[in-house]
Amino acid sequence: MINKIVPSAAEAVADIFDGATVMIGGFGEAGSPIELIHRLIDLGTKNLTIVSNNAGSGNVGLAALIENRQVKKMICSFPRTANSTVFPELYNKGEIELELVPQGTLAERIRAGGAGIPAFFTPSSVNTPLAEGKELRLFNGKPFVMEQAIIADFALVRCHMADRYGNLTYYKTARNFGPIMCTAAKTTIAQARRVVQAGMIDPEAVVTPGIFVSRVVEISNPEDESKLVAEKRRYPC
Amino acid sequence: MLNTAIEIGWSRKEMAQKAALDIPDGSYVNLGIGIPELIAEFVPPGIEVIYHTENGLLGMGPVPEKGQEDVELINAGKKYITAIPGACYFHHADSFAMIRGGHIDISVLGAYQVSKEGDLANWSTGEPGAIPAVGGAMDLVAGVKSVWVITDHNSKDGKAKLVHECAFPLTGKAVVDRIYTNLAIIDVTEKGLRVRELAPGVTMEYLQEHTEAPL
Repeated sequence: MINKIVPSAAEAVADIFDGATVMIGGFGEAGSPIELIHRLIDLGTKNLTIVSNNAGSGNVGLAALIENRQVKKMICSFPRTANSTVFPELYNKGEIELELVPQGTLAERIRAGGAGIPAFFTPSSVNTPLAEGKELRLFNGKPFVMEQAIIADFALVRCHMADRYGNLTYYKTARNFGPIMCTAAKTTIAQARRVVQAGMIDPEAVVTPGIFVSRVVEISNPEDESKLVAEKRRYPC
Repeated sequence: MLNTAIEIGWSRKEMAQKAALDIPDGSYVNLGIGIPELIAEFVPPGIEVIYHTENGLLGMGPVPEKGQEDVELINAGKKYITAIPGACYFHHADSFAMIRGGHIDISVLGAYQVSKEGDLANWSTGEPGAIPAVGGAMDLVAGVKSVWVITDHNSKDGKAKLVHECAFPLTGKAVVDRIYTNLAIIDVTEKGLRVRELAPGVTMEYLQEHTEAPL
């Protein structure tokens, strides 16, 4: 019998190892799997490469993971946001690496990784510093830059509903990177607001087919990152 | 440079209004962070514009009423928004397929500098200690059918923003089609920058004095 439901977030992330590449869903706080990230902080795994659009805000969630010195390198498109102080500080001290990627290229590198496409050509970033050192090729007389797929050891995402097969639905703009990250990791861990019986999700409404998901954990009342940031909360306390 | 540049001409709202009036009915539009966001307020009744926000929504509506904010319904600037009836959500690869694949009609962005050839610099001033961040700007300028810039004509310290060559790192080369500033509306053509409209009280001579690139 297939049953991807695990009883706790701590168990869901327990095998994330030192040096792993971990995709973390979310655009700002929308879709950020904050409970999974906090359990990863409890675990204390080091030298992680994190693939995520942003670099967290305040001193909770992804920012707290960085502040706890567990992240060696960030692959992201926009590490500078309001209330984002942890990453800029470490970056300016030279204590964390950054691979800056245009947002659409980041999405496509993840999509390609999940789809078994090792590389592709895109017009984004041609003639800019972000294309330096990369292969350029002309198609129909126009230049395109080669970008390589990203595959991760783990993906941590936040979804709305999930079932024991790992079928997922999302909620509003919290969907963002979740569906593509699920496809591009060897082990995908989803925190769901509701875990429902198989068959309760309309097959027409499934966004992430269960084959892309390894583990599901129900977090019915996820923490609200912006609220924690406004209250100047830290993790761990 | 004269520091009176910001005291004559259009206000930010008037610039946004000018751009709003130029959006054709039925357009799919992506608005950048800052002045571009104001444009949605000024689209005249009877014109239907669908707003795309690259974090995964077509059909972005106005700011929610107080108390109705949803932390999982935000725009690319991470501000609370609403979704109109008929809106749809999608993931990031689909969102950038819309952008890069040429499905979005108009992108309106801010700028640090625009060159006479339409090169755009709007993501990094290249200063030491600045945290580089690019977001979706390079994808937008690479794929959207028409790229408009809306910006103050001169920087806060009075420097020209419409220049011969961008000194800041580029977002894209020869990508800008039209520029809305507080002094004028300017098209980027094969022959260089061409003035479409001057703001009230602005002469061609005054405009050129405040512009490095030839008009």
